[in-house]
Amino acid sequence: MITFEHVSKAYGEGHRPALAEVTLQIDKGEFVFLVGPSGSGKSTFLRLVLKEEKSTGGTVEVAGRDVGRLRSWKVPALRRQIGVVFQDFRLLHDKTVFENVAFALQVLGKPRHVVAQTVPEVLALVGLEGKEKRRPHELSGGEQQRVAIARAFVNRPALLLADEPTGNLDPTTSVGIMKLLDRINRTGTTIVMATHDDDMVDQMRKRVVELRDGRVVRDEDRGVYGSNR
Amino acid sequence: MRLGFVVSEMFIGLRRNLSMTVSVVLVTMVSLFFFGAGLLVQQQVSILKGDWYDRVQVSVFLCGEESLAQNCPEGAVTAAQRDAIRTQLTTSPLVAQVFYESQADAYENFRETADESLVANITADQLPESFRVRLTDPERYEEIRAQMLGVPGVEDVPDDRKVLGPLFSALDAATLVALGLAALMLVCTVLLVSTTIRLTAFSRRRETSIMRLVGASRLLIQLPFVLEGVVATLLGAALASGALWALVEYGLGRVGDRPDFTTRLVGTQEVLTQAMPLMFAVGFLLAVVASLISLRRWLRI
Ligand SMILES: Nc1ncnc2c1ncn2[C@@H]1O[C@H](COP(=O)(O)OP(=O)(O)OP(=O)(O)O)[C@@H](O)[C@H]1O
Ligand SMILES: [Mg+2]
Repeated sequence: MITFEHVSKAYGEGHRPALAEVTLQIDKGEFVFLVGPSGSGKSTFLRLVLKEEKSTGGTVEVAGRDVGRLRSWKVPALRRQIGVVFQDFRLLHDKTVFENVAFALQVLGKPRHVVAQTVPEVLALVGLEGKEKRRPHELSGGEQQRVAIARAFVNRPALLLADEPTGNLDPTTSVGIMKLLDRINRTGTTIVMATHDDDMVDQMRKRVVELRDGRVVRDEDRGVYGSNR
Repeated sequence: MRLGFVVSEMFIGLRRNLSMTVSVVLVTMVSLFFFGAGLLVQQQVSILKGDWYDRVQVSVFLCGEESLAQNCPEGAVTAAQRDAIRTQLTTSPLVAQVFYESQADAYENFRETADESLVANITADQLPESFRVRLTDPERYEEIRAQMLGVPGVEDVPDDRKVLGPLFSALDAATLVALGLAALMLVCTVLLVSTTIRLTAFSRRRETSIMRLVGASRLLIQLPFVLEGVVATLLGAALASGALWALVEYGLGRVGDRPDFTTRLVGTQEVLTQAMPLMFAVGFLLAVVASLISLRRWLRI
């Protein structure tokens, strides 16, 4: 699903590289935790997959496409295959839950009846039945993150990227979000999740990739958060 | 669905920045009003020119007893010379019509138009007889003048257009000033519209970043902003056209209705056929140019 070969990224001349010679392969259907201290390059990794940034060396391949060489007008097509979730939810405050999720479909020109059918299905999947008409500020943090996940997943993307999705949530709520992501992973969606949540990583026992100063220092199947703490 | 989505996003944007929208509409209205007025002035000048050129007759003055010797070495025009001149004029392709004005006719006209005191001192003998010529093409004035000047019995062919020249250059200058002002205002409008779009884009960066994330095309992301600019400037163009029409219909219309006013003034028809299409086209172009300027830098994928 994702292949990085000797990928480097420096945010400017003379800057310490945010990623250095990263080589990594993530297969279809995998669940991967991306861990590492602050500033180690986790978000940079995700941004390269999305082509929000361009690598300064090496090749990035996502879903069989060479992302580095992708023409700018083809970038939207790439992003339609990828769902993204952030720590700060990124919802539209003046739209309801339903409209927030529907937005992702409308932008892609999906017909009205598809929107009317798909959105309630996804909202049920993430456990938000009956809250369609609420606005984001009328929801708890965990519920807002569920809306964001529903929006990321409503197009049934092959790949879901999550950048510290539980970063703003208390442990109990985080477990709920984690279970939801696990459930989505079981439908066949590849998930890459950057996180600082050590308990969660230790409990889930999934593949763990640890970055430090932009380099991969550990890559374990069924790993834990810290190897040498 | 997607079109509906774009349009609804556009109206949300227009409403959310209502004061900016209003300022764009008003500035566009003022600048396009100037532009349209400039066009109408230009149109009026060309009507005037046409009118006056049509009225201009070439006067071919013939030699009389009192004529200057250098043009009339043989004294007063002879009957044979007069006939030859008449024949030359009537057969010329440049000439549409020829009237003969005898010394007596000239005296009559003079008495009607000139002061009493002057008339008392002048006799018919002192006024020259002449041919008054109407041209097929008033622009070819110089040609007929050159042809007739050397002919025996012709004293002079004065150039009436020397009188009109300064008047026309004044009118041309007025047109240029009006259009120059309009150009300046249009530049202001482009800058204002592009600033507005930039501000709108900034205030909606959350929406646009989400649109980018879910894979909206660049066109779909940018179209609402462009449309907002286009709708606002077209609204301005409509208001400017309305104002211009009202001015022409109720302002100029009243002047033109006076019985002593013979020149045709620009009217509703010129507003509709000359000014309005250009005003709308310029308004549209303006919005598109302004959007391109601001979006190229601010709304990249
Ligand atoms: N837009 C940017 N411009 C310049 N430098 C940047 C930019 N974004 C990130 N960096 C730098 O790149 C390095 C990696 O940043 P990144 O955001 O990928 O870290 P991270 O692992 O996500 O950290 P955190 O856990 O705090 O989110 C850091 O040193 C950061 O300062
Ligand atoms: Mg980060």
